[in-house]
Amino acid sequence: MEQPILECRDVCFSYHNLKGETKALDHISFQVNQGEFIAIVGPSGCGKSTLLSIISGLLKPESGEVLLNKAKDIRVGYMLQQDHLLEWRSIWKNVLLGPEITGTLTRQKEELAERLLNDYGLYKFKDKKPGELSGGMKQRAALIRTMVMEPALLLLDEPFSALDSQTRLMVSTDIGSIIRKSKITAILITHDLSEAISLADRILVMTKRPATIKNNIPVHLSITENSALATRNAPEFNSLFTLLWKEISDEYS
Amino acid sequence: MNIPEKTISCSCKNQAPAKLTAQECYIRDHHRHHHLITTFRILIFAVFLIIWEAAGRFGLIDTFFFSSPSMVASYFIQMLTDGSFFTHTGITLMETLISFLLITLISMFAATLLWYSKTLSEILEPYLVVLNSLPKSALAPLFIVWLGTGTNTIIVAGISVAIFGSVISLYTGFKHTDPEKLKLIFTLGGKPMDAFFKVVLPASIPIILSNMKVNIGLALVGVIIGEFLAARRGLGYLIIYGSQVFKLNMVITSIIILCMIAMGLYQGIQYLEHLYKKKK
Repeated sequence: MEQPILECRDVCFSYHNLKGETKALDHISFQVNQGEFIAIVGPSGCGKSTLLSIISGLLKPESGEVLLNKAKDIRVGYMLQQDHLLEWRSIWKNVLLGPEITGTLTRQKEELAERLLNDYGLYKFKDKKPGELSGGMKQRAALIRTMVMEPALLLLDEPFSALDSQTRLMVSTDIGSIIRKSKITAILITHDLSEAISLADRILVMTKRPATIKNNIPVHLSITENSALATRNAPEFNSLFTLLWKEISDEYS
Repeated sequence: MNIPEKTISCSCKNQAPAKLTAQECYIRDHHRHHHLITTFRILIFAVFLIIWEAAGRFGLIDTFFFSSPSMVASYFIQMLTDGSFFTHTGITLMETLISFLLITLISMFAATLLWYSKTLSEILEPYLVVLNSLPKSALAPLFIVWLGTGTNTIIVAGISVAIFGSVISLYTGFKHTDPEKLKLIFTLGGKPMDAFFKVVLPASIPIILSNMKVNIGLALVGVIIGEFLAARRGLGYLIIYGSQVFKLNMVITSIIILCMIAMGLYQGIQYLEHLYKKKK
């Protein structure tokens, strides 16, 4: 069997202050296979973002380990809740921020950025400042900024939460299909259960703090085309939604 | 006179007549407003000068103590012809600019260090607060004892007035950078130095510019305090010397030159800000 691209083994993490310790993650273990699209849902404040920060290496787990497939040089891309495009840079300069920082700005990177801008319909805006773009376009530019780093594993921390609900529906489908086409492994954190069902292959449900993984729900939708409407009209959609809703609302009681 | 104007602007808003489009109306009103402001500014100044001059001429005030616009003007011309204007203004201006440059450089460097090390900033915080609230003119006599009289003392006095406040406000500005933007840099594999140069510094340019506006004024204050106590040249010296020998023309002319310098320096920074906004 193929080695998983990512494995979390008994990951624990706590926040400390003088009043005491707040346990955020409690023995989190799961695996993600190459090419999978995972969604993580859970009650707010349960430590989902903390988990992503640990996977990306921004935080160190207190115990347990995060194993990335050693056979390949796995680069982790991270998409934040907001686009965080830098206002004083053009879109072009923004999408090349990563290579610029890591000192890997080559002709190939520039060509890749040009191609991605073309693919995502942003090429003619490349010399504009972020303020001149719509919310959805900015989110796409932020995705290009992440993709230019050619990540094998993409972490998405509620990347659509800053968008209004209609834009959100369009952008999430849009970005979902971009990620599928590029065959990148992705972990998406979301509050939106229907978004999780329509985008993911598998959904992990987390409990409230201290968070553990309480359920692992595979998603198989019988659909012929991949659109926001088609996934939501799939026969399995309602039962999955009910199941997830029950799992989550149990956590609030 | 106002009434017919109003009807014109109303009619063109409602019916968009051939004469003026709504946009042209707007532009015309905008210019009119601008002219009004400028006219009143000049008017206030002119009225002040006239009252001052007239009060002197009609004996309401004693021109020996209060001088008068015409006396100031003739003294100013005298300063121009004997070259003393250039020596005194030049020296004050030079000292102010050197102080200002040093304040900017030192406080940028210090604020960067404080941003970089949270521990250092916590250690130094009470010192900065005390030094910032201390009336800096109290230090001037010390500087004279330590550094003697002359340009060095005056520049140090200029720096001392602004430096601590400048460090504090720059550091506060740096610290207020959106933490998510810093996280972005780290997710892209950046180091704290990248975060500083790619995010903190560019995001703080408006704060740095407004800080410069404060500093240039304070540097001038410090330099004048220094010149009061430790100079043989400069506008501060002229003011103190003039008041001691009752040459009030000298004092008032110097103050007016100071006004112009302060305005010029402020405009200089304003121009920098304008360039920055245009580039943006």
